[in-house]
Amino acid sequence: MFEATLIYGLVNSVILALVALGFNLTFGISGVANFAYGAFYVTAGFLTWSGLNQLGLPFGVAAALAVLITALMGALMYRYLLLRLRGLVVSEVIATFGVGLALLELFRYLGFIGFEYTLPVMIDASVDIAGVVVDAQRILIVVVGASLAALLWVFTRHTRTGRAFRAIAQDEHTALTLGINTDRVATISVAFGAGYGAIAAVVILPLGTISVGEGYNVLVNALAVCIVGGLGSTVGVIVASLLIGYAQMITATYVDTHWMMIVSLVAILIILLIKPSGLFGQQKELEERI
Amino acid sequence: MSRRRERIDRGIKVRADDIYALTSWREMLYLAAPRVAPVLTLLVVGLAAGPYWQRVIMTTSMFALLAISWDVLAASGMVSLGQALFFGVGAYTSGMLNHYFGWSPLLTIPLAAVIGGAISTLLLLPVLRLRGLYFAMVTLIMPLIIERVIEATGIFGGTEGISGLASLPHRLVELLVAMVMVWVALFGLRRLMDSDYGLVLKGINDNDRSVMSAGINIYRRKAEALFIASSIAAFAGAFMTHAYMFVGMPVFAMDYSILPIASTVVGGVGTLAGPLLGAFILVPLSELLRGLGGLRIVIYATLLVVFIVGLPEGIFPYLKRKYTQFERWVEVEK
Repeated sequence: MFEATLIYGLVNSVILALVALGFNLTFGISGVANFAYGAFYVTAGFLTWSGLNQLGLPFGVAAALAVLITALMGALMYRYLLLRLRGLVVSEVIATFGVGLALLELFRYLGFIGFEYTLPVMIDASVDIAGVVVDAQRILIVVVGASLAALLWVFTRHTRTGRAFRAIAQDEHTALTLGINTDRVATISVAFGAGYGAIAAVVILPLGTISVGEGYNVLVNALAVCIVGGLGSTVGVIVASLLIGYAQMITATYVDTHWMMIVSLVAILIILLIKPSGLFGQQKELEERI
Repeated sequence: MSRRRERIDRGIKVRADDIYALTSWREMLYLAAPRVAPVLTLLVVGLAAGPYWQRVIMTTSMFALLAISWDVLAASGMVSLGQALFFGVGAYTSGMLNHYFGWSPLLTIPLAAVIGGAISTLLLLPVLRLRGLYFAMVTLIMPLIIERVIEATGIFGGTEGISGLASLPHRLVELLVAMVMVWVALFGLRRLMDSDYGLVLKGINDNDRSVMSAGINIYRRKAEALFIASSIAAFAGAFMTHAYMFVGMPVFAMDYSILPIASTVVGGVGTLAGPLLGAFILVPLSELLRGLGGLRIVIYATLLVVFIVGLPEGIFPYLKRKYTQFERWVEVEK
């Protein structure tokens, strides 16, 4: 029982981290709001599903296509909507939230509801770890999550584009004077964020069904992790996912599964109350509270 | 580029901003028409319409109240992504009072407006120091938390909700109360926001630190604005509870959060009349499109995005400009 909680808690934490990475990349690291993130996540799932079942593509091709299309959608959303709202933070949030809502409810309207919308697991096997049976998909999630987090950490510190991502969040005007094309960087950032979300969807969704409600849950979870960890901090994302992931798993095991979601919501509330910039946040304190 | 568009204010506005030298019936009509005409039109249409459309007008009025309350909050520097919180708290308060104590709706609705406003203010009091986006995120998750707590613990009727609540005495009473409330809220709040008190609230939105340095306690002012706005939204919730004779988890649904925002953005942020106009465009529109079912939220969200990008000032400021200004093309001086 205890070992199971430990292992499944880790898997749950990695799922949270995986989901939060893309959101954190766009919203945290380069300061561009993308509240359509949950919708992109679900879109990637449905795209992969149609690639597999309607076009008959092999899984790898369908998944890669889905990730590419989702990233492209992110770039287009930036180019045609967000570009006109840059600097008006609240308008950015409302507009992207509107895009996400429209997408998700469109899926609901078009009838993408039901248990047939599932993705196949990539490796159908299971492993015995310390007396607990864990299926290969969950191990794959942990591997993918860890490598994506490491990739992001290296990317934002040691590549030119990655550093430009951080620069436009710190001070857009200074970034401009240093020759960074902020609009281009922000477009790439939104596209990367959406792509990360799509990869997370392709890896995580085989565990359950693809549903519209998942879009809202993903957004809330990503928000929770990013706020608790501190916007823009990759280390913060990992620590916060471990905290929330284990808290959720312990609640689910010892209290009731109904309370799982409440844990992340309450976590957001507590952190916003005592330290709005998050555990590892680097943003200026006065910007968020007075 | 040889010509440019020139805008000239109509004569009456030039004399003074708040004192009008009313010299003729024509000028009085010019001022009164845009205020009286909508009130009368709504009254006539409401009384002439069939039961179904009377109900639509009542629902629209409640959404208009929600939108106005959103606008008051936004004008005081508090952007809410979860108007459903206030709506739901009001709905549950009046539902509980009616269900457990058996009080009449005529008593529970005003009580729920005040108590609901107080509860919402107390809930958000700890996060009043947060600004902009961070406040918005808290309001986004608050209704979700309450919804999930009700689901998990089964309090207040749990997932089933409580049905069989008392309804208002008569359909016409219902309709008239809704209309009166909308106009009272609109004109009252417009007056409030134009007064010095409202000026301070707008100042908090523009630059909170300079309001602080003027020696004004902004937390107190924000809490007061929050109470006023949430009371209005709680009234709408309580009213709808008795109109539908049911209260349950759907009162915390996304509709009640997104529609006020959409109405305000379509109508014009910060104008108070704009949100009302937006609600009276969007809600009847969605009734006409009822056959489309779930597509309604898609349409709201799309309109929201289109307006926020395409016409950020909203419809109302546009109409107002057309009414109070002449426009003409003039030659550009060489």
